[in-house]
Amino acid sequence: MAAASNSNRIPLLAALEVVARTRRDEVVVTTMGSAREWPKLSQHPLDFHYLPSAMGQSPMIALGLALAMPERRVIAFTGDGSLLMNLGCLVTIAAAAPRNLAVIALNNGRYEVTGGQTTAGAVSKVEFSAIAAASGIARTHAFDTLDAWQQGWEAIRAVAGGSAFIELDVAPVGPDYHLVVPGPMRSRLAAFRAALSGA
Amino acid sequence: MFTGDELTAALETLGVTHVVWLPDSALGVWEAALEAAPHLTLVRVCRESEAWAIAAGLHIGGKSPLVMIQNTGLFDSGDALRNVLFDLGIPLYAMIGYRSYLVENSPDTAKKFTEPVLKAWGIDYLLIDRPGRVEAFCDHYRACQAASRAGVTLIAEGNM
Repeated sequence: MAAASNSNRIPLLAALEVVARTRRDEVVVTTMGSAREWPKLSQHPLDFHYLPSAMGQSPMIALGLALAMPERRVIAFTGDGSLLMNLGCLVTIAAAAPRNLAVIALNNGRYEVTGGQTTAGAVSKVEFSAIAAASGIARTHAFDTLDAWQQGWEAIRAVAGGSAFIELDVAPVGPDYHLVVPGPMRSRLAAFRAALSGA
Repeated sequence: MFTGDELTAALETLGVTHVVWLPDSALGVWEAALEAAPHLTLVRVCRESEAWAIAAGLHIGGKSPLVMIQNTGLFDSGDALRNVLFDLGIPLYAMIGYRSYLVENSPDTAKKFTEPVLKAWGIDYLLIDRPGRVEAFCDHYRACQAASRAGVTLIAEGNM
């Protein structure tokens, strides 16, 4: 879905809140902008913020988690700038064919955490959901209004099995774009491992 | 350096559950054996940097992955490797094809920079440059895992 003007985009926090409201025991992997916003909604022990600078890699660490734990659903947030760095990951996901992974691409057309510079994808009007479908991911979706996203997420969650790719047309957050890393990665990883093991 | 059967037997002995790979022409001859091994899952990536993050997720989820790439992919995947091995501190092990190592006086810069790059990262590595050293690989793998440190086995190759 080609990006809309900023005034018509879904507010980022509202987009995340749709997932947060329905989240149960899913693993949620964030990075960059989503890692800044998601903690405003969730402090769940199965949240894993892949920081400080793992652009392009959150769908991949999420894929590894999904393959390792096929009984547990995994949700990976990624930004459009991050996804552009590693578009091949969509083919990798399709080939690996996990039955429990949802990748949600938050497309604001910006490298937000560095101050909002325009991505090449915004200029080219890239359609990530179309690329995901052409990569072989069977269930792909794109939403550009909050109402449609709320209804769509309910339907997507209700389907068991298979990967899903969702593109959301979200608004940049504006001047509050700075990303503060929430503590050392190793200690956060230790807590996450403990949560996974039920400790 | 190894046959496919030798490799998969070694990986089974070591408890490796997943091979996350982007093969080159030398490593690629193992594809059939890796696919056929009932104790292994082969995960194909499109770019080597993906392999480190996928392997990290597998490791966090309780599996024992092995990354298998060429040295050119090692160069390409530096930032993902940094994230996984050093920020997350996950002691992954990789088997890396050492392009042009066996070519005397090769001008291939992939040969020139491989070991200096591993040394710069501080990664413990073993060079396999002749057949019949499967046990050396197994010993190095076990030593790295026992010490919870990342490790690499370089598989010497001929020309690109």
